[in-house]
Amino acid sequence: MFKWLHPLAKPEILYHFCGRLLPWLMGSAVLTLLFGNIWGLAFSPPDYQQFDTVRIIYIHVPSALLSMATYTIMAIAAFTALVWQIKVVQWAVLAIAPIGAVFTAIALLTGMAWGKPMWGTWWEWDARLTSELILLFLYLGVIALAGAFSDRQTGTKVACLLALVGFVNVPIIHFSVEWWNTLHQGASITKFDKPSVHPSMLWPLLISLLGFYLLMLALFCVRLRTAILQNEQHRPWVKSALGGQ
Amino acid sequence: MVSVFIRRELALLARQKADWLNPLLFFIIVLTLFPLGVGPEPNQLRIMAPGIVWIAALLSVLLASERLFRDDYRNGVIEQLVANRQALMPFVLAKIVTNWLSTGLPLVVISPVVAMLLGVEPAAFVAMMLTLLIGTPLLSILSVLGAAITMAADKGGILLALLILPLYIPLLIFASAAIEAAGMGLPYNGQLAILVAMLLLAFALVPLAIASALRINVS
Amino acid sequence: MTEFFSAQGLSCIRQDRVLFEQLDLTLNSGELLQIQGKNGAGKSSLLRLLAGLSTPDDGTIYFQGQLIAECLEQYAASLCYIGHQSGIHEQLTAMENIAFWRAAYQLPYVDSMTLLGELGLAGLEDLPCHMLSAGQQRRVSLARLWLTNCPLWILDEPFTALDQSAIQRLQYRFRQHLAQGGAMIVTTHQPLSDGFSCLKTLELSYRW
Repeated sequence: MFKWLHPLAKPEILYHFCGRLLPWLMGSAVLTLLFGNIWGLAFSPPDYQQFDTVRIIYIHVPSALLSMATYTIMAIAAFTALVWQIKVVQWAVLAIAPIGAVFTAIALLTGMAWGKPMWGTWWEWDARLTSELILLFLYLGVIALAGAFSDRQTGTKVACLLALVGFVNVPIIHFSVEWWNTLHQGASITKFDKPSVHPSMLWPLLISLLGFYLLMLALFCVRLRTAILQNEQHRPWVKSALGGQ
Repeated sequence: MVSVFIRRELALLARQKADWLNPLLFFIIVLTLFPLGVGPEPNQLRIMAPGIVWIAALLSVLLASERLFRDDYRNGVIEQLVANRQALMPFVLAKIVTNWLSTGLPLVVISPVVAMLLGVEPAAFVAMMLTLLIGTPLLSILSVLGAAITMAADKGGILLALLILPLYIPLLIFASAAIEAAGMGLPYNGQLAILVAMLLLAFALVPLAIASALRINVS
Repeated sequence: MTEFFSAQGLSCIRQDRVLFEQLDLTLNSGELLQIQGKNGAGKSSLLRLLAGLSTPDDGTIYFQGQLIAECLEQYAASLCYIGHQSGIHEQLTAMENIAFWRAAYQLPYVDSMTLLGELGLAGLEDLPCHMLSAGQQRRVSLARLWLTNCPLWILDEPFTALDQSAIQRLQYRFRQHLAQGGAMIVTTHQPLSDGFSCLKTLELSYRW
């Protein structure tokens, strides 16, 4: 596998590789998202307790899962970048951070919108919402740190280090917030305990989730290509690659 | 080597008293502001005391850490230590130890006065001392990390807060929970054990991250 | 025989500007390499690459026939690097600064007073360094060259702010070091005085 991965560490080859992958990813992302969301929002049955408000699940759950999956990908990339000092992987960390931050923000906003009819309040200090909010702070920290250095290379590397430190902390933070939450308000979260999901809702949910994953990868390809061009703008291959288009 | 470095840091602190006196004053002033803001009702203050004390402690340690590496970075000391390699880790350890001695320890020492101001009960007061004693070294380790990460950044201060405050959250939760439990007469060794575990974990891993942050910042 | 220190095909790009490309250099024991060039030509960047502080965008650096990335500890233990900044803290006295660097390099104790006297700093040992002049601060910074036994020295503009007698004394110490089989890389705008038999120069040109 390393033999196959090794040439991809070269910015030029990775740029073209992402370029070839992009239309497929984007196309399949649009198709699955349309399919999953139309099924979920229009045709799946309403919940017997929550009626039509449950439909926000097709946006909320995938984006919440993606916010964490993206952080994991970012942390693995950061580890790779720091240990093997591969430049394109360092750029990849910064390319993926804003995507994860946006997914986290979507998960928070839809969570609030869901909370209003269900809990009767926009914001509940629920363990999952609170962890998600802190996750957003961690993402913003990585993005802000990368922009704070006059030397772009240093900023990128330091942001990688912070992403890694944050990743070690995420489980600790999550565990302590959960513990803190159960300590302070026993009953309020059990009334919203997860019921098992009926297959008629599960399938559109899974398809939406797949669509979100594909969308994340497609956006990642776009941003990584931009980052490669920005960092390599003075290399001759960039001129020929852009001149050809 | 570590002892020479610690003596150097202590000599510096003795000459730049504002570095450790200001955070201490800040701690006291923040604590005086809370009753003025939320009202002097004794019961309410007693309930809020654990959270107030710990938030004030977080902010004052954060304030102290901002200047931690600035001078040594500007003078090229860090750069030459990184080139030397072997002296870097002792230097990091010396920074952590003296940061705690200069900001964490004074907070522990002054906490009886604070407990009096906020009307904390004797049982909760012991818990407060213990959590401060275990928790402030962890605060120091994390703020040294924050200072190392933002050392070469153009706009250090507010950025440091954005990066480090989320990492303080577990500590804040367990420390104030321990004081609260003690106030209600419940056992709190569980929370203390978790605090000790977090401290040991941080002490094992974070110095490596600090050394690597210093290396990146001078490269 | 493998060279004591060599570098091949070094390239450095800073903020999208190519400072130098395909730079080769070799250095044997007892040799002094003087790097010259205009301001902004990349002298300091080159020294930082050679000191292992930053990694080159391209090229390799060998120390005693080994890649320095593979013998980092050993290389760092053989190296005395003094950068553009002095590496002394202004709030500390000359004695304290010297004690700090002696501990960092794990050097045996010597009487710092005689050393300070030799450097023309007698009577100033207990003043914080911000009370000293720029040249006196530079002498405190360079004091560790009289203590160290590292075979390779990398010095960035060591003569800055020094007066003539101090420059003479420093060059005398250079010769001593070279005679003992040491090697050094120095950037300077000033021409070195005669008497360096093994002097090499490398001219970095400013590139746009």
